[in-house]
Amino acid sequence: MKKRNKNLAFSANKLRLDVLEMAYKAGSGHLGGSFSCAEILTCLYRSFLQVKPEQPDWPERDRFILSKGHAAPILYAMLSTLGFFSKDDLMTLRKFGSHLQGHPDMRKTPGIDLSSGSLGMGLSTGIGMAWTARQIKQNWRVFVLAGDGELDEGQNWEAAMLAAKLNLPNLILIVDCNGVQLDGTTDDIMPLGNLEEKFQAFGWRSEIVDGHDCAALSSGIEVGLEHNGPFVLLARTVKGKGVAFMEGNHEWHGKALSEEEYLIAKRMLEQIC
Amino acid sequence: MLTEIEKPKPMRQIFGEHLVKLSKTNPEMVVLDADVSCSTQTCLFGKAFPDRFINCGIAEANMVSVAAGIAAAGLRPVISSFAYLLATRALDQIRSQIAYNSLPVIIAGGYAGLSDFADGGSHQSIEDLAIFSSMPNMTVICPGDANEVELALEMAMRHEGPVYIRLSRAETPRLASEQPFEIGKAITYKHGEDIALLSTGQMLPRVLEAAELLSKAEIKAEVLHLHTVKPIDEQAVLGVARKCKAVVTCEENSVKGGLGSIVASLLSQKQPTDMRMIGISDAFGQSGSYDDLLEHYGLSPSHITMVVKKMLSQELRRQTGLQARNVM
Repeated sequence: MKKRNKNLAFSANKLRLDVLEMAYKAGSGHLGGSFSCAEILTCLYRSFLQVKPEQPDWPERDRFILSKGHAAPILYAMLSTLGFFSKDDLMTLRKFGSHLQGHPDMRKTPGIDLSSGSLGMGLSTGIGMAWTARQIKQNWRVFVLAGDGELDEGQNWEAAMLAAKLNLPNLILIVDCNGVQLDGTTDDIMPLGNLEEKFQAFGWRSEIVDGHDCAALSSGIEVGLEHNGPFVLLARTVKGKGVAFMEGNHEWHGKALSEEEYLIAKRMLEQIC
Repeated sequence: MLTEIEKPKPMRQIFGEHLVKLSKTNPEMVVLDADVSCSTQTCLFGKAFPDRFINCGIAEANMVSVAAGIAAAGLRPVISSFAYLLATRALDQIRSQIAYNSLPVIIAGGYAGLSDFADGGSHQSIEDLAIFSSMPNMTVICPGDANEVELALEMAMRHEGPVYIRLSRAETPRLASEQPFEIGKAITYKHGEDIALLSTGQMLPRVLEAAELLSKAEIKAEVLHLHTVKPIDEQAVLGVARKCKAVVTCEENSVKGGLGSIVASLLSQKQPTDMRMIGISDAFGQSGSYDDLLEHYGLSPSHITMVVKKMLSQELRRQTGLQARNVM
């Protein structure tokens, strides 16, 4: 088990290296919020999501929604690693004619279940998908990854009420709580208060885990899958995780890399691997 | 000729009843409302099929995104609320999720135009045609009678992308039409060559009445009904413009960005034609009786008639002036 978690951590960091390369080649792209959710995505795709890379639209697959659509680069890196499309495609990120748009596009990229980019909508759409699974008597589950910054959008709380009303057991929300949004820290821009208690007050079960610890993430998701109702996993993470000069710095939400920065960051991530 | 084959009924009632009827042949159909189901009449569906109905509460944005998930997962949602709320409060969700992904969602905008007359300008929807017509992948239908409400719903259920259906709170007749209803195809209700009257939505019966009044004054009006505003039936519009030489568009919407703007954009590029736009002129609505409002904003049959007569007399003066100059 320990070895498996170590392998997951290794895979997660490999994704960061892919993303660094992609964003450097593209001249733009969101590094901070991609790096903070590397372990979350790895854990989900390697241990939980039932998907078929050779048949991306397999009707019985589990659904994944990246509500924080700006972290598209790391989702693309994950999907290509699993074989949804060629790894060579990654270097076409944000280029004209590429299927890898700046934000996820379900009509262009194999393996994307929902286009995103405009924030605060993913949870609602996950509810629609989870309700449909129940309606048509399918066992697939819906996993939504949201950012903590996007919880500023009131729609999330409309959705939180509806999920409790519909009592959907096949819906899991994971919040990448990196504490930083575009303009600054979440505490400065819009204090979120006690998210654990907030979700509980909305009728959800909530758990807090270290979002960079694959073992903790896995057990947290297991708890959610056992729970018979809406469940949120609040994953404490570090924005820009793995690159010292990016960590916790809001300027790296969507900043372009210079050659020097790229080389330093690459060295730092390679040391972790 | 205006042939009513059934007494007028509220359009919302026709919509609500037809949803229930369609549910039997469309098992994939589900309905969502945002706490106005008793007004929009989706409550009829909710009562008949409680497990296929979600009342999302007063949260339109969430309702739209939930519907996007339902459509992406394979069912066919109909979402219902007041037209102005869908077009403005939930605009980002409709744009970024439903239109961007071309998801097969039927967006039923109730109480459109001035039909929520007593509630006032805050509730009257005069921008929705412009907003939804500007959206790629979106089809926009404004039914003009009971048949069109039912057929629009049926066609939209089989359509591949999203469809906005604009519905009135007011009573609407059931008219006899010789042409089939097809998305994107205009219907000719009356032939004439002096003036082309282009109607959409609940303006249809008023335009037909105006055409009757005009015929008494020896003016023969062609009535072309554009139940589909997007995509507009270009061939039909260009055809009546060539035939009649003058065009008047009639809509219960702002003239900015609605049917008039779409027709003007088409004609100015392909068939420059003298035209007038009848609609609400860049102003919000207000409380009053429906008839008072239609009169005030110039949407009554008598106002349409007046505009046409004035337009044709100006044209006559212009032609006479030209002849006089030629003689000199």
